[in-house]
Amino acid sequence: MSQSKTKIIFLREFSTFFSSPGPYIIIALYLMVTGWFFFSTFFLYQRSDLRNFFNMMPVIFSLTIPAVTMRLFSEEYRSGSYEILGTQPVTVLNILLGKSLSALALTAFMLIPTLSYPVIVSFLGDLDWGPVAGGYLAALFLSASYIAIGVFFSSTTKNQIVAFILSAVACLFLSLIHQMLVIIPPGTAAVIQAVSAGYHFDSISRGIVDSRDILYFLSLTYLFLHAAWIVNKEYR
Amino acid sequence: MISIRNLSKSYGSVPAVEGISLEVPRAQILGLLGPNGAGKSTTLRIITGYLKPTSGEVLVKGRDAASDPLGVKSLIGYLPESAPLYGEMLVFDYLDYIAGLRGLEGEKKLPEIRRLGRLCGIFPVMHKPINALSKGYRQRVGLAQAMMNDPEILILDEPTSGLDPNQILEIRRIIREIGKQKTIIFSTHILSEAEAVCDRVVIINKGRIAADGPADSLQSSLKAEQTLHLCLKAKTAEEVERALKPIPGVLSFEASASGDLFRARIQSASDIREELYRCIRAQDWILLEFSQEKKSLETIFAELTQGE
Repeated sequence: MSQSKTKIIFLREFSTFFSSPGPYIIIALYLMVTGWFFFSTFFLYQRSDLRNFFNMMPVIFSLTIPAVTMRLFSEEYRSGSYEILGTQPVTVLNILLGKSLSALALTAFMLIPTLSYPVIVSFLGDLDWGPVAGGYLAALFLSASYIAIGVFFSSTTKNQIVAFILSAVACLFLSLIHQMLVIIPPGTAAVIQAVSAGYHFDSISRGIVDSRDILYFLSLTYLFLHAAWIVNKEYR
Repeated sequence: MISIRNLSKSYGSVPAVEGISLEVPRAQILGLLGPNGAGKSTTLRIITGYLKPTSGEVLVKGRDAASDPLGVKSLIGYLPESAPLYGEMLVFDYLDYIAGLRGLEGEKKLPEIRRLGRLCGIFPVMHKPINALSKGYRQRVGLAQAMMNDPEILILDEPTSGLDPNQILEIRRIIREIGKQKTIIFSTHILSEAEAVCDRVVIINKGRIAADGPADSLQSSLKAEQTLHLCLKAKTAEEVERALKPIPGVLSFEASASGDLFRARIQSASDIREELYRCIRAQDWILLEFSQEKKSLETIFAELTQGE
C-alpha cells in the first residue's frame, strides 16, 4: 500500500524531468564534458582503461546531481503545490523516497550512454571489465549519497539556486577533501580519508568492492535522507 | 466532526492564531471570514495537518493529526489558496495522479475522475496542460482534486478569489451542491459570499474569533446604526434640512446640492426608513434615489473590534 504510493510519486517525478528543458541540458552537458575530458587524454596515456573517466566522476556529479535535485522540494515550496502533496494521505517517507529514487533513476539514465565508452575502449585494447563494473557500481552509490545531500538542501529552502549552491559545495567538499592532505595536519589524514566520498569512490572504482566503502555510502545516504525527513516532519 | 480546541500558532515570535476553539458538526458549510492576515489560512492549514499548531489541538472525527496523520489526511480534501497545481501536467494525468495518492486503484480511478469532471464541469479541458487553463478552470480542477475519492470534509481556502462573477457563481453552486452531505469549511473575505453559501459564519480577526453564528443573524447581531443615501429634487437645501433633520433618531445629516438636485447622507441610531419616506411624501419633492448603505466587512470589523 505505502510502497505503491512511493511508486506513484516516483513515476510522476521521473516523468516531470522530461517535461522541462533543464534535465536535457544537464544530460547533454554531462555527456559532452565527460566525453571530451576522457577521449582528449585517452590516446596520450596509451592505456585501455576507464580510470580517467571514473576519476573525474565525483567532481562532475557534485555539479550535475545538485542541478537535478534542487527543484525536487524547493520548486514545490515556492509554487505552493507542496501544500497539496503534503496533505494527501501519504507519509513523508513516501514523498522522500519517491523524489530521491526519481533523481537516482535520472542519474542512471544519464549514465547509460557512457556505457559506449568501455565498448569503444574494448575494441581499441584489452579492457579489464572488473574495474569498469566496479566503477559503475561506485557511481550508483556515489549518486545515491549526493542525491540525498541535494534532497536535504532542497527540503530546507524554497530557493532553487540556494539549494543548488549549498548541495554543490557540500558534494565538492566530500569529493575533494582527501586530495588536500598536504594542507591538513598529518595525524588527521586517516579521519579525512574516512569521511571523504572521493576516497571511498576511488577504492570501489578500482574494482575492489569493500564492505566499508559500501557502508560509507549507505550511511551518508541515510544520514541526509533522515535529516530531510526531520526537516519535513518537525519544521512546519 | 471537527473540534478545534484552544488552537494557537506562532511563526517565530509573530502570533498568527491565538486561542481559537470551534466545533463543526457534520454536513455544515462553515464560512471563515476575515481580512487578509487574520489567520484564516493558518487555521485551515492546521486543520488539514499541513502545519503543526504551537499549542492546542484539532480532532477530526476524534483523530488527532499529530498521532494519526494518515487517518486525518484521508478524511480531508484540501484546496489551498490560488490552487497550486502542477502546471506542466495534463488535467487528466493530474487527477489520475491524485486518485492514486488518495488510494484509488486500477479501474476505480476512471469512474471517479468522470464523476468529478461532470460535477466540476472540466470535461472540455481534460486533455490540456494545467498551465494553459484560465483561472476559473484551474480553480475547478483544484476543487475536483480536493473532492477526489469523496472525503467527508472539504477545506477550501478562498475558492473564489480572482474569479469573474460567473465563475464565482459556478463555484458557489458546486459548494452548495456538495455541502448537502459533506462538512465544508471555506475561507473568504467577501461578506455577501459567506451569507450566500454558508450555514454558519465565523469571523476571525487578529487570530481570534470575533463573531460566530448563523449567516443571516450576523448583520442583525451588530449595532442597529445605519447609513442612508438620498437623492431628490427640491427647491432649496434649507427646506430639505428643515424637514428631515428633526426626525427622531437622526444622528448626522450631510447634504450637497447641484442645481435643484440634493444629495443627503443620513446616519441614524435606528431604522428610520419608514419615517423618512412619509416625510418626503408629504412634501412636494421628487425622490430619485433612496438606498441603505450595506455594511462592508470593514465596518463590521470596526464595530466588532471597537471594544478592544
